[in-house]
Amino acid sequence: MKQRTPNKLFQSDLVKEALRDSFIKLSPAKMFRNPVMFTVWIGTIVMIGVCIWIATGEQSQGNLTYNIIVTGVLFITLLFANFAEAIAEARGKAQANSLRKTREETRAKLLQQVGEVFMNEIKIIPSSYLKKGDVFVCEAGDIIPSDGEIIEGLATIDESAITGESAPVIREAGGDKSSVTGGTKVLSDKIKVKVTTEQGESFLDKMIALVEGASRQKTPNEIALTILLAGFTLVFIIVTVTLKPFGDYAHTPITIAAFISLFVCLIPTTIGGLLSAIGIAGMDRALRANVITKSGKAVETAGDIDVLLLDKTGTITIGNRKATNFYPAHGVDEAHFIQSVVLSSLADETPEGKSIIELAGIDIKNFTLTNPRFIKFTAETKSSGIDVDNVRIRKGAADAIRQLCERNGNTFPEETGKIVKGISSNGGTPLVVSENEKVIGVIELQDIIKPGIQERFQRLRKMGIKTVMVTGDNPLTAKYIAEKAGVDDFIAEAKPEDKMNYIRKEQKEGRLVAMMGDGTNDAPALAQADVGVAMNSGTQAAKEAGNMVDLDNDPTKLIEVVEIGKQLLMTRGTLTTFSIANDVAKYFAIVPALFITSIPALQALNIMKLHSPETAILSAVIFNAIIIPLLIPLALKGVTYKPIGASALLRRNLFIYGLGGVVVPFIGIKLIDVLVALFI
Amino acid sequence: MSTEITGISIMFVLLILLAIPLGKYIGKVYSNEKTWLDGLLNPIDRFFFKLGGVNPLKEMNWKQHLLALLTINFIWFLLSMFVLMNMSWLPLNPDHNPSMPADLAFNTTISFISNTNLQHYSGETGMSYFGQLTVMLFQFISAGCGMAMAAVVFFAMKEKATDKLGNFYFFFIRTCSRILLPLALVAAVIFAFNGVPMTFKGKDTITSLQGDTVQVSRGPVAAFVAIKQLGTNGGGFFGPNSAHPLENPSYFTNIIQTIYILLIPIAMVFTMGYILKRRKLAWVIFGVMLTGFLLLLIPTIINEMNGNMAITKMGIAQPLGSMEGKEIRFGSAASAYWAINTTCTSNGSVNAMHDSLTPLSGMFVMLGMMVNSLFGGVGVGFLNFYIFIILAVFISGLMVGRTPEFLGKKIEAREMKIAMIIALLHPLLILAGTAISSYLYAHNSTAYASWLNNPGYHGFSEMLYEYTSSSANNGSGFEGLGDNTPFWNITCGIVMLLGRYLPIIGPVAIAGILANKKYIPESAGTLKTDTGTFGLMVFAVIVIVAALSFFPALALGPIAEHFSIH
Repeated sequence: MKQRTPNKLFQSDLVKEALRDSFIKLSPAKMFRNPVMFTVWIGTIVMIGVCIWIATGEQSQGNLTYNIIVTGVLFITLLFANFAEAIAEARGKAQANSLRKTREETRAKLLQQVGEVFMNEIKIIPSSYLKKGDVFVCEAGDIIPSDGEIIEGLATIDESAITGESAPVIREAGGDKSSVTGGTKVLSDKIKVKVTTEQGESFLDKMIALVEGASRQKTPNEIALTILLAGFTLVFIIVTVTLKPFGDYAHTPITIAAFISLFVCLIPTTIGGLLSAIGIAGMDRALRANVITKSGKAVETAGDIDVLLLDKTGTITIGNRKATNFYPAHGVDEAHFIQSVVLSSLADETPEGKSIIELAGIDIKNFTLTNPRFIKFTAETKSSGIDVDNVRIRKGAADAIRQLCERNGNTFPEETGKIVKGISSNGGTPLVVSENEKVIGVIELQDIIKPGIQERFQRLRKMGIKTVMVTGDNPLTAKYIAEKAGVDDFIAEAKPEDKMNYIRKEQKEGRLVAMMGDGTNDAPALAQADVGVAMNSGTQAAKEAGNMVDLDNDPTKLIEVVEIGKQLLMTRGTLTTFSIANDVAKYFAIVPALFITSIPALQALNIMKLHSPETAILSAVIFNAIIIPLLIPLALKGVTYKPIGASALLRRNLFIYGLGGVVVPFIGIKLIDVLVALFI
Repeated sequence: MSTEITGISIMFVLLILLAIPLGKYIGKVYSNEKTWLDGLLNPIDRFFFKLGGVNPLKEMNWKQHLLALLTINFIWFLLSMFVLMNMSWLPLNPDHNPSMPADLAFNTTISFISNTNLQHYSGETGMSYFGQLTVMLFQFISAGCGMAMAAVVFFAMKEKATDKLGNFYFFFIRTCSRILLPLALVAAVIFAFNGVPMTFKGKDTITSLQGDTVQVSRGPVAAFVAIKQLGTNGGGFFGPNSAHPLENPSYFTNIIQTIYILLIPIAMVFTMGYILKRRKLAWVIFGVMLTGFLLLLIPTIINEMNGNMAITKMGIAQPLGSMEGKEIRFGSAASAYWAINTTCTSNGSVNAMHDSLTPLSGMFVMLGMMVNSLFGGVGVGFLNFYIFIILAVFISGLMVGRTPEFLGKKIEAREMKIAMIIALLHPLLILAGTAISSYLYAHNSTAYASWLNNPGYHGFSEMLYEYTSSSANNGSGFEGLGDNTPFWNITCGIVMLLGRYLPIIGPVAIAGILANKKYIPESAGTLKTDTGTFGLMVFAVIVIVAALSFFPALALGPIAEHFSIH
């Protein structure tokens, strides 16, 4: 994961912005979105009223200072909750802004348009004036002013501003690599680019809006959790309200401050205050992994993924095959064979060709060739090679060389046939080499499985996710690689519609499927998948179809996205558990305090031995308030996900956050009580 | 002492040994598999289906199930109101007992159709035999309805992506004919042979040793008591319920009666395991229920056997434990055991006065009703537990990083809404009811002086108990409460009504909605619900949602009383 901004949780400028926002968010219209905190807001207003009432001479509600302190603590509770949301927003915005900054204030070379025809005249305008459908030109050294699609030309482009990857990439018109991103730099050549998005509607803009809250909608899971929390809040409204007549019956006057404190302590303010921060932080973490999500729901869904479709090339194997073995034919000297092989590959610029020379370990500078004639690979001959000193060396697919030899009256040795078969069934690709139309040996090319990929698949399996490899290879090779890499299933000789059918089949059985794609022909599958991650280098169609865009074009990114999704849900669950478990201690702090004067016997319930009713109530509300900022780092970073199986994970989290949630407030409230008692 | 503990242990072991195979049998009855009573009962069932014009194989969705349930319950409501308000001139009234006034008839009717059997009257003087037989019918019907609804939920849990959940009448008739009737018959015969009256003759006159003549009430008691115990009904034939020597004459009948309280509620857990083919889940649920049950039972037995602190303080030894309000033929341990049995289930029959339990025992019996799902009422106990499962699944699902699912179906906002409403209904009914009565009493204690025989903490416990018992459809009383007044009859009636039907509608709706959802196959990332960890989670949810919301109320009643006599 590349990080452009330092990953400090609280940067001072962000904190300042968040502090200001926490006050702005106090407006009832904003508070209303969060039922739990809204009830605290009402409680605070009531307490302000009570303070005024006491100031005008009311005696029954305890002394003014105590009431003002309770009011103040409630107010701070609100601010803390707002701050949690604000700091999460500020961090998300800062992250997105740093991405956006690069694309502002660039100049665009707009191609003038007359009717439907583009003239060759160029007008320089600020990039912000570009409209969808405009065409601009970029030459070496230009910053690309807007997202778009190349309609003419080819260029090397430095995308490090977006991806952090310094190696330049090639983008060209037509095909699957035609998309360019605003803010990246053209290093060579010249391209014509058509603007594909309206200004302010790029994915980044959408993401910023999502983080800022204007267009942020609660995800289905967030709604369900809010219902749960609202339900708990209602239960405690009932508990608190009915306590009034109970108190009357027991001849115990209970102050309004005590009622409101009991209520605020019992309702799940901790999770209520942190809930939206957790959601925003989830999207922010995705952004930090250089993944732009189009909705909060997509991140959540990622945590539920059952099946992961991965392309073989680039994800499971290192992009290219490498030569791994030489098999000289019977009676051919190995040194001679290797020399011939190297000769045939001298002009071969493909990675396979280079790997052959690498494996041979011969320094090609020592070769002095007179009059070499290099034969390029064509689809017709299916072979390439060299003619030098009357020696014709060819290497190519077994069938092609067999034909070549047999046409010239030579037999294709049976032994070579066996070797070829053996290599194929081991997932390799055989290249047969001939010299003057006689077979002299076989080169074995093998897919190189990415180091560490087995462990990642192992991890996915423990998460309960099935991995599926998609490849154009024949089933034999595909099976071999699938087994070696440790994927659970594979689609061989895959056509674009095969992906689609596979996704449909899995979805029909109730599973959620994620895939990554870049090409236009991936678009339908990306749209069909529950989580579709489009590569930033991919076509516009692919990017529109998916619900996430990966700026790094890293096919293994899906794995990170899944973990981010799981973390998001876990953070919600654990903090809910913690928040509700806290109630046990709070009951034991407040209930004895309420009845200490009228029912002294109930002091037996004061197991924390709190100093006085006032300090007991104050320390409970203070604990309730400060636990929110203390948990902000956890809400923003997320609870660590460990793929140890669902039951073990539940045991672990139940132990830490459930048992912790019962124990921590006992200690916290007691400590605060000791401190508060010093002043009261 | 130790014989008392042995007595309880025998009852408990016998109970488990009988409940497990019974659970399997009930599972077969609902799954329409062959059982040994088929030959005898198939024609009878067919007769009833034909009579009612019902096709028992026509499957219903969850809404149709609820509609069927509510419709027949409404008709029974009208029938019962009519009988109770006209008993005086209807047949089978040898003692010439009067008809009930409207408010008492309303309370009694709801009490019996809702399987609560809260009795604000005394059977000896308040009911004719015709009235008794009518309410006895409802003891069958209400138990049958609850179990039929549990069957609907079991099949909903089992089914995948369908709204066809069996036929209500099929479940209902088979429950009555194959489960309740045979079991009740066995018990009734045993009771009749052990001294429980079974007659339609009026009061008998006996001459005591002192030479006085005494009028002794009797009637068709044995049959009545059998179903009262079996169907978690608890409505006694006589006012003192099973503490009455003719209703529960000996320790032997007490063993049978105690076992019958928990028999079906425990069996239903294993029925679920049988129907779903998930035995492990059944054992986990059984384990959670049993843990809660024992946590209430053990301290209650210890408390009762240790005697009453207030009496100990006077320097009086209590070798038999706290015996106030208990029958000497049962002793303190068996009475405490019964008390927890009858309150953890929604039975509500008593063999000792709960009003006289030591304060903390009073709290534990109330907690049993407040949780109302530690085995709970026949059928409905599982439905209540189902709500807690849904809540636990939701929270723990999140904790393992997946959107929550239960048995392969996702739990979303709509199900959460229903689950939350049902979860908060019980505290609402209990606390609001107690709040209203406390308010009235606190602000005009002279006008309502007749309500409470013991003002103070104990009086508060009496009111709290009454509403808890009504809302939990338990029906036992703390007594000591002057409850046959329009206020108590009507408010308790409303609480019983809401406390019965909403907690049936909610779980059936959730289960029905879930059954219709897309099925998600299990993977290694799926939260397993048949593990001890998940059981612990459910237990924690029960403690926090059900028990903790009553903490302030309990603090003012039994807890305050306990600490003030110590």
